[in-house]
Amino acid sequence: MAAVTETIEAVQSVAEGGYKWGFETDIEMEFAPKGLNEDIVRFISAKKNEPAWLLEWRLKAFALWQTMEEPDWAAVDYPKIDYQDAYYYAAPKNKQGPKSLDEVDPELLRTYEKLGIPLREQAILAGVEGAGDSPAEGRMPIAIDAVFDSVSVATSYKERLAKDGIIFCAISEAVQEHPELVRKYLGSVVPQADNYFAALNSAVFTDGSFVYIPKGVKCPMELSTYFRINAKSTGQFERTLIIADEGSKVSYLEGCTAPMRDENQLHAAVVELVLLDDATIKYSTVQNWYPGDAEGRGGIYNFVTKRAACRGARSKVSWTQVETGSAITWKYPSCILQGDDSVGEFYSVAITNNRQQADTGTKMFHIGARTKSTIVSKGISAGRGQNTYRGLVKISPKAVGARNFTQCDSLLIGDECGAHTVPYIENRCMSAKVEHEATTSRIAEDQLFYCRQRGLTQEEAVGLIVNGFCREVLKELPMEFAVEAQKLLAISLEGSVG
Amino acid sequence: MLRIEGLTAEIDGKPILKGIDLEVPSGELHAIMGPNGSGKSTLSYVLSGRDGYEITGGSVTFNGIDLLAMEPEERAAAGVFLAFQYPVELPGVGNANFLRTALNAQRRHRGERELDAMQFLKLARARMKELSMPEDMLKRGVNVGFSGGEKKRNEVLQMALLSPQLAILDETDSGLDIDALKIVAEGVNALRSPAFSALIITHYQRLLDYIVPDRVHVLMAGRIVKSGGPELALELEASGYASVAA
Repeated sequence: MAAVTETIEAVQSVAEGGYKWGFETDIEMEFAPKGLNEDIVRFISAKKNEPAWLLEWRLKAFALWQTMEEPDWAAVDYPKIDYQDAYYYAAPKNKQGPKSLDEVDPELLRTYEKLGIPLREQAILAGVEGAGDSPAEGRMPIAIDAVFDSVSVATSYKERLAKDGIIFCAISEAVQEHPELVRKYLGSVVPQADNYFAALNSAVFTDGSFVYIPKGVKCPMELSTYFRINAKSTGQFERTLIIADEGSKVSYLEGCTAPMRDENQLHAAVVELVLLDDATIKYSTVQNWYPGDAEGRGGIYNFVTKRAACRGARSKVSWTQVETGSAITWKYPSCILQGDDSVGEFYSVAITNNRQQADTGTKMFHIGARTKSTIVSKGISAGRGQNTYRGLVKISPKAVGARNFTQCDSLLIGDECGAHTVPYIENRCMSAKVEHEATTSRIAEDQLFYCRQRGLTQEEAVGLIVNGFCREVLKELPMEFAVEAQKLLAISLEGSVG
Repeated sequence: MLRIEGLTAEIDGKPILKGIDLEVPSGELHAIMGPNGSGKSTLSYVLSGRDGYEITGGSVTFNGIDLLAMEPEERAAAGVFLAFQYPVELPGVGNANFLRTALNAQRRHRGERELDAMQFLKLARARMKELSMPEDMLKRGVNVGFSGGEKKRNEVLQMALLSPQLAILDETDSGLDIDALKIVAEGVNALRSPAFSALIITHYQRLLDYIVPDRVHVLMAGRIVKSGGPELALELEASGYASVAA
């Protein structure tokens, strides 16, 4: 049908112009020498003025990494990465932790402004005294940590959060200020040897966010980190560690963008969440790394390890991700449901357009009794995009009465894209109940015509249908993020119609 | 005023419409009757601009504007509404959201102010009450899990909200019980005004018991073979299409 043909053609025509975050910030940077060896690991550790135990920890990870093989089981295809041909440390110069707005490079602030980060919190971000006490007009305040290439630039609302005993800062700062917490929990969820990319991250991670919510505290605002890769030939290896103590609650948001470049850049992050009794963490991601151009040139390789350990009884973790960017996505936010009655949730929307490839899903480890998990995955493939859901539900003999529900839906736009579903279920408990549902559908020509007959343009119609398809996931996002995500879905498929 | 002159159209090289001439003046309701395969649905799709139909000749103007040169959404904004024979399901898209998006798209296109959520809800609730539709139909996905009758009523609700100038009802009566039929008819009759016209495509006479047309046309093998007043529908009901063709 002609409408669908147009859709296909237009999907193919989405080129670099479709990515609106592809600007580069001209800023003075400090680099470590190119390449990766023990000296680089020492360089990074020294730059951050780290204690000896952390340097040892990094070196151990580096040694492990050298013995490991890059995994090749994912349904993604990319040329071999030359790990010696990249910078592992890049930082805006003159970085001593800005004490006032004047000390933050104005170019940097302009970058965040372009990204639409509500840097009215700009003053707050820069740590200007008292600025954190008056949130922007009528909006729920969101505390923000901004990570630019290898370092965290500034964190807002810090003082206000401190009143509740909440720690929200760059992880490099936490290493200095709260070493006992970092030492106790770092690598306790994702050990150095967990996988190839986690080992690499453990050796060279440069910055990221650190959150600690004390016992019984409900975090009064959303915490948010924006990650930005800017420098050329630079990998970004951020490390995020969130600890929710007994009975605490926090909602954390993460957003990512990068400039357009011909080359591929590596992003290998590790996120560790720790939940004690009755704690709740809601972790939301809108990932919009540069996806590469229509021919598959450039784009971010996104190899990320995210895992939550529900150590306490009745703890609850919820991962929500909207993945629209990156050339390659390799990502399986997981839940270790150790505490009895703990709950793990995974809600995911992944779009692959043009030559993008995504292999993403989750792992749910049911260990405690009556643990519950829910997986809702929505994959959208357009152009020549390849989208794979890969998931594991593992139920141990002790997980009496465990329950899992999995739903994987794929939506195809055009006839050159692909959708794949690879669910693994390992159940060793007779009383457990595991359900799996999967569907694959297309945007039908009659759906488009129906919408257009009611007055919607073809583009509006695709947006409406795609958003409808993703509704169950989008409704899990915090309000402000949901609006952003809806727009992003439309933009990612922009031009996917005539 | 809808004016169709010498309209011919084909699908995949196969002629379906073979020269249609028809005028529907503003304020009038015309019925088009005919057996299966006579081209009734093709006519409704060609008028509303669906892809896959090649117009090989003739012209269609609506209030003097060339309808065939317009995109489907432009025709919608110009006041053309098609009530679908098989209303389409849009999973996950809330009915209220869909209706408001559609209404506002048309209003925007016409340079009118868009309705906010509250204004829209007020309008929608009033129309639904008139059509005896339960309010929860606004919350459900567009046509998802609707019964046949609910889908058709939803079409009529959309029509009532969008208040078109030309409504094309493509066998809206098929599969309806008598109560649903009455509601559909009331929906159409409520729109009757000097500025409103309608093409009612149907197999059977029974809808025309409730919507009395100004004219009845018989479409057979891609041509209008006979036109008359409301009594023509009764005649067809009694003696069948074969007698007309003879």
